[in-house]
Amino acid sequence: MVRGGVMDSSRRGFLALAGPGLFVFFGVERVSAYRQEPGRLPGRQAGPADFNAYLRIGADGRVTCFAGKVELGQGAGTVLAQILAEELDVAYESVDVVLSDTDVCPYDMGTFGSMNVPVLGPALRAAGAEARAVLLQMAAEHLAVPADGLHVKDGVVTDGASGKHIAYAQLVEGKRIERHLAKVPPKPVKSYSVVGHSAARKDALEKVTGKAKFTGDFTPPGLLHARLVKPPAHGAKLIAADTGMAEKFGAQVVKQGDMVAVLHERPDVADEALKLVKAQFDSPPPSVDDASIFDHMLKTAPRRRPVGRPAGDIEQGEKQAVAIVEETYLNSYVAHAPMETHTATAIVENGKATVWASTQAPYMAKPMIAQALGFPEENVRIVAPYVGGGFGGKTAAPQAATAARLAKITGRPVQVMWNREEEFFFDTFRPAAVVKIRAGLNSAGKLLFWDSSLIGGGDREAQPFYDIPNLRTVSVGGWQGGNPPGLHPLEVGAWRAPSVNTNTFARESHMDLLAAKAGVDPLEFRIDHLPDARMRRVLEAAAKQFGWKAGKRPGGHGFGVACGMYSGAYSATMAEVEVNKTTGHVQVKRLVSALDVGMTLNPDGMRQQMEGSITMGLGYALSEEVRFKDGAVLDRNFDTYSIPRFSWLPKIETVLVDDPANLPLGGGEPPIITIGAVLANAIYDAAGVRLLQLPMTPERVLKALKA
Amino acid sequence: MERTVSFTLNGKPASVKVDDERMLLWVLRSDLGLTGTKFGCGEALCGACTIIVDKQAVRSCSTPVKDVAGKHVLTIEGLGANGLHTIQEAFLTHNAFQCGFCTPGMILTAYALLLKTPKPTEEQILRHMEDNLCRCGAHVRIVGAIREAGVRGGV
Repeated sequence: MVRGGVMDSSRRGFLALAGPGLFVFFGVERVSAYRQEPGRLPGRQAGPADFNAYLRIGADGRVTCFAGKVELGQGAGTVLAQILAEELDVAYESVDVVLSDTDVCPYDMGTFGSMNVPVLGPALRAAGAEARAVLLQMAAEHLAVPADGLHVKDGVVTDGASGKHIAYAQLVEGKRIERHLAKVPPKPVKSYSVVGHSAARKDALEKVTGKAKFTGDFTPPGLLHARLVKPPAHGAKLIAADTGMAEKFGAQVVKQGDMVAVLHERPDVADEALKLVKAQFDSPPPSVDDASIFDHMLKTAPRRRPVGRPAGDIEQGEKQAVAIVEETYLNSYVAHAPMETHTATAIVENGKATVWASTQAPYMAKPMIAQALGFPEENVRIVAPYVGGGFGGKTAAPQAATAARLAKITGRPVQVMWNREEEFFFDTFRPAAVVKIRAGLNSAGKLLFWDSSLIGGGDREAQPFYDIPNLRTVSVGGWQGGNPPGLHPLEVGAWRAPSVNTNTFARESHMDLLAAKAGVDPLEFRIDHLPDARMRRVLEAAAKQFGWKAGKRPGGHGFGVACGMYSGAYSATMAEVEVNKTTGHVQVKRLVSALDVGMTLNPDGMRQQMEGSITMGLGYALSEEVRFKDGAVLDRNFDTYSIPRFSWLPKIETVLVDDPANLPLGGGEPPIITIGAVLANAIYDAAGVRLLQLPMTPERVLKALKA
Repeated sequence: MERTVSFTLNGKPASVKVDDERMLLWVLRSDLGLTGTKFGCGEALCGACTIIVDKQAVRSCSTPVKDVAGKHVLTIEGLGANGLHTIQEAFLTHNAFQCGFCTPGMILTAYALLLKTPKPTEEQILRHMEDNLCRCGAHVRIVGAIREAGVRGGV
């Protein structure tokens, strides 16, 4: 996997910081990562081309992995440590993971797309195996015994015959050994004792004691807190800003182009000073709002391009069909709303910048900040400490460039921390989308054709995985870009499982309508059309746990089923809901989620991700939509933008369909994709109304009930 | 009004000379260097800034410093000062967090519940925690952790 000796200077740079010990470099197959996330290709990065992470075994006996991933709450550090402990035969507790510091960790594209485990996992396994082989060789020489009689436990190498032993730490003491990955076979999965079991989270102690440092908790001496003048609406241009009162109040003022900032040593004093700035903006021309958006999208995007491989002949399918179902599915803009707002703390001195930033992509922030400062990239260091939730929304880090610019201008460290209104305003929302599906059945009740047309949401997983002879999908625009001008009046971006929540909602709602048309139970209808045994298996696992039975439910309650794929993982969900026909309120009573991500590395970690996905999914399904008008975002805080709360909690049951024969995949996104559809289907079962628009608010449920 | 405000902070006397209308959140974070208390919304809507004032859970982003004069203030840094508190241990063993940003506020809100109701029922937990927001979806584990802390004799 080593591809030549390029970028040696960079490697020496990393090593200088990382200290002595045994080093193993390893590259991950970046190509595969890019294939998964084609829309996220950033500008190619200057940096080592032949390795993406490395590990060190130090003379203190500690094993450290350096990788560019970010800990967003998903437990990245924990699972990587488990893999290393397993391959090296060291105690899990002796493994440290250093993440996302661009000065000590090699390039990483960014933390998204459930790519941590599938991309880094195999590379880390191989690197661990290589390091172990090197250490065994060294031990054999040191102990003067044959290498094949050695075994390792907790980092101590012992010769079975003589009982002589030596620790890894002693072997590397005073030495500096660099190795590159060779083809050393990793441990067979069946001998695993760490991987495949739950492990205590590496971040637990710091997080329950308040010691965990997030970006805003870095407060270098002399720090100024900056607050920025924000336009009242997207598209509004600054005409003038009178900052006299703010200056009198004791704040420092910076004006540069469109940027007007007030700064103070006390963040709340900076807040007060900002209120004293009299800023004038022009009014952007009237445009769409959250009600007119869907008509607008239909008008703005007349042409769509084909997606995936068409099959058969749609017109023939239409002719032969005995029943046809056509519906249009809608979903609104949705905010990421992480609990930690976008934050950055920057120090710029002696031509160098150090920026702590709450970002999912520190290596994308680095060139952006270098450009903003006019510095060469090697003089910019980005550190992403603990990040308080990302969900795709912290891929972009404009606040980091602002903090860096202000630090350069003022000559003092500067922190920018968006308030909640700014977080809702500058967010890159999950796009509003329109998905039209027309599909037909033959006389045997089997799917004959499926014709779908997508606007605005993106086309990932839009092509149905069901057995359908005549298939066509067309799409335009989406979270990843390529939108016709003016299609999205708000900035859009990746939101946990981008495209796939939207497309799964549409497809799986439509499958239920077709099942009803065919007079077949919706679970049976799906299984009858599934060529993929893994999808059938995960559906059956959910059904077994749920106790799914065809037929009528007791009054007021409804059952729903939905399944989907994300980044190679299989997800099936079943829900029981209660619909209050007077208020339109939907209470989810029970939710069963079954997931096949291949081999499960950390069962409890996986369950955390599943529970999180399910709970977050309740929001986009039932309440979350961004209200806006003429470029202004009307939701400014959690009083009007309603995210899931404790009282919403269903009984959550998670089923892991562990499959050690398949490579491990990430589980942070797959379970969320089915939540919109599974609840729409359960509501239909409970109340006989089909909700075609997300979120399924009480108002929309009532309207459907009255129709 | 700028004046000296004195109170007990995490068991020790503290005084700050500040404009007494300033919100406690910022005084804790920027004047006193206690960054375990988090800013989430600024309008007492999310609970990330929750602290304990005289045994009650209080939103520090909307509590002026003058309101705590002479009172006992407890932050996350003080709760575990002499080894992990039962509620912290329960959060730890249940992995009742993901990103961890809402966690100090969750723990202290739960602590206030346990002070009042040492063995809360699930319904009492849900009602009491309702206005603390978590975006990662750790809710189910937080409920489990609070129940266990209650069973183990909480506070």
